[in-house]
Amino acid sequence: MGGNFDNAGEVSSNIKTVLKQIGLPKDVIRKAALVAYESEINIVSYARKGMIRLRVVPESIMIEAIDEGQGIPDIEQAMQPGFSTANQKIREMGFGAGMGLCNIKSFSDVFHISSEVGKGTHLRMIIRASSAVLNS
Amino acid sequence: MDLESIVKALNLKVRSGEDKLKAEIRGGYTGDLLSDVMANSKEGDVWITRQVHQNIVAVASLKEHAGIILVHGNEPAKDTLEKAVKGGVPIMVSDLPGFEVIGRLYALMSKTG
Repeated sequence: MGGNFDNAGEVSSNIKTVLKQIGLPKDVIRKAALVAYESEINIVSYARKGMIRLRVVPESIMIEAIDEGQGIPDIEQAMQPGFSTANQKIREMGFGAGMGLCNIKSFSDVFHISSEVGKGTHLRMIIRASSAVLNS
Repeated sequence: MDLESIVKALNLKVRSGEDKLKAEIRGGYTGDLLSDVMANSKEGDVWITRQVHQNIVAVASLKEHAGIILVHGNEPAKDTLEKAVKGGVPIMVSDLPGFEVIGRLYALMSKTG
């Protein structure tokens, strides 16, 4: 639920547990945990409510973050490292450094973002599992 | 090097995770921006920060840090401590400023390898 930082990170923690149980390579889990965490924090920080969907197939993990909220007027600007619209309260906790979306993008193999002002934002990330298996 | 040696050498006050002090420390990371810590710290790191709110426990446990050192006498918030106890995440407190904690820790870890 948006605005509630008390349990922020719990969804990501559950996702990590599931991925560990599946037995995916550490590197893949590390990427997925980061992508899930940053998405979760974005929902808590900026949306009214949202969900994180995880889909795992042998070749890849897909994480989707779908929220109902203010949306992003200028996606290009939002993707700039350091750009943030976070309020003081969020920044005091060490969030809102303008790194979230950039980190999500750099830790994903496929990154897709769409947003509608006043409605919400939809992120879709894919992390390849097979290439990581070969590399590890 | 394990957490227990660091606790002794730096005279840290242990606030949670007393049973995890035998954990091997692989390295360290310092930062107060959670995105930075999420992206750049590694498993087995000891995390040095001045953030005291409960989200540090989520970050440390997601990243599988060996533990968290709070600097400059900053104590964990009540709900932070509750989460850390529940999740078995060691939180240690130093009265020294961050610069000194990191300096001493770095010297100690470089010496012992």
